[in-house]
Amino acid sequence: VGAATLVLAVLGVVVAALGAVVWGIALLGAVLVLGVLLERTLTRRFSAWGYLERADDLLVRRGVLFSRLSVVPYGRMQFVDVTAGPLERSFGLATVRLHTAAAASDARIPGLERAEAARVRDQLAERGESHLAGL
Amino acid sequence: VTTTLPQQRDWQRLHPLSAVVRGGKLTIALAIVLVPSILFGRESASRGLYDLITVAVVTVLAFISWLVTRWRLDGDDLQIETGLIRRHSERYPLSQLQAIDIVRPGLARLVGVAELRLRMGGSTGARARLAYLSEKDAEPVRAELLELARRARHDEPRSAAPAATAPERLLADLPTRRLIVSMLISSAGLIAVLVAAALIVTAAVSTKVAVTAIGVAGFWIVGVGQQVWSRFNQGYRFSVSDTPDGLLLHGGLVALTTETIRPGRVQAVRMVEPLLWRPFGWCRLELDVAGRQKRKGEGRGAGRPLRTVLPVGTRPQAEELLDRVLPDRPRDALAPPPARVRWKSPLRYRKLGWSRTQTCVMTRSGRLNRVTCWVPLGKVQSFREVQGPVQRFLELSSVHLDTAGGNVRAILRDRDVVEADSVLVELVDLARAARAAA
Repeated sequence: VGAATLVLAVLGVVVAALGAVVWGIALLGAVLVLGVLLERTLTRRFSAWGYLERADDLLVRRGVLFSRLSVVPYGRMQFVDVTAGPLERSFGLATVRLHTAAAASDARIPGLERAEAARVRDQLAERGESHLAGL
Repeated sequence: VTTTLPQQRDWQRLHPLSAVVRGGKLTIALAIVLVPSILFGRESASRGLYDLITVAVVTVLAFISWLVTRWRLDGDDLQIETGLIRRHSERYPLSQLQAIDIVRPGLARLVGVAELRLRMGGSTGARARLAYLSEKDAEPVRAELLELARRARHDEPRSAAPAATAPERLLADLPTRRLIVSMLISSAGLIAVLVAAALIVTAAVSTKVAVTAIGVAGFWIVGVGQQVWSRFNQGYRFSVSDTPDGLLLHGGLVALTTETIRPGRVQAVRMVEPLLWRPFGWCRLELDVAGRQKRKGEGRGAGRPLRTVLPVGTRPQAEELLDRVLPDRPRDALAPPPARVRWKSPLRYRKLGWSRTQTCVMTRSGRLNRVTCWVPLGKVQSFREVQGPVQRFLELSSVHLDTAGGNVRAILRDRDVVEADSVLVELVDLARAARAAA
């Protein structure tokens, strides 16, 4: 949706510049509608993300259309990594990801403030150690 | 540390013909090219000379590779050294040993040697190869390594394997007739038969068309043929028996394999009952053993964590094997899904269900084939509750149990939302208790 909005916006400006004012206005209208939709979906997706550190496990919730709730026991955690892409870095954010022996496990917490990410990472690592269980 | 066979503390070499067998197809190709020209050919002296040089170089290389490879037992470690220019020394702590497989490819059987594959635990899943030992050494060395491994493990508090000297007990074997029948009525077998029939009919009508058809579909035919062959090769004279170390799998037509699986390593179990096998009451039983990556130089089946312990078996045989692997498991008393699931999964609806005990979960699903999975709760890596749009509309959701192998997908599919939520909480608690007990 984001890419489509951008393309339409550029097209609208170009068409308007070329003189076809009616078409330009129609395209800009479409941009407006798409932009509102985009804002709505992003907000919903953002508010669907959530995590909760419990005594023995970590809960991570996400997804609007397909909602997922993962429960990862600390004892099953193999390692935690913190990544920050260029975009995330420019906003001072980071993603914490938990890895278990199962590839299907899906526990990722994106968009944490960097200090919070470091705290979560250390906390998880510490709890993982105290709960450690063999395969 | 005590020793059983003191002479094995010293450096040992592999069988002198190892390199020949290791060359495998290359050796065969070389023999096919060279032998006729040496025996009969001799068109020109230079050709003969080249052949001689090739043979000499290969022999010297083989000899060097044999000379620089050696192994020994050092305390509780197995040490293998190899390489002439780049020395490579590997140490495998026997306390980590999971299983030892004896593998005999076709060429190795011809020469009379066998390979020992030691599968180690840990997430890396390293694998030591002793390739090759002479056939009569293989069994004693394997027994001794297993004995040492058991002793090394006894130092740990959670040592499990009882050192009983109970003999092997045959749990199930596979009559060749059943293997052939089962393959004929499997999907791959049916396709192969249909293709063959179609080809014969076209050939009767017009040979040219048939040849073209073979040419066009050749790649595909080879693929199906290979699949059928490998299934037959693995299943031929297959047997499973119960030993103190775990389940002992044995079988093969050209390449003989012997493999031991420790029940404690099993992450999940899957039983598949294909639609066409159901009239015969047959099933296939597969174990998911802890995940590991495939390494270079290993056979095709070796890298797959999913081990077939019963290629084609009857239900009683499967039950007996399951008793050995998962003693505490739910019996057939499955909770059916809500009736509205019929609208979402019409083909699965009749098969869906799940059940549990304190330590084990059983799920059943499948569209045409009936697939039943068992997962010990102590082995579950993480839980997920997933709800798609259709499920939301029908107020359903699925609970996934993620295991380390990842080949068995145990899913409590399409449960009522309220039930799924409470089940998730319940299973998480049970899994914690199971981990604590382990």
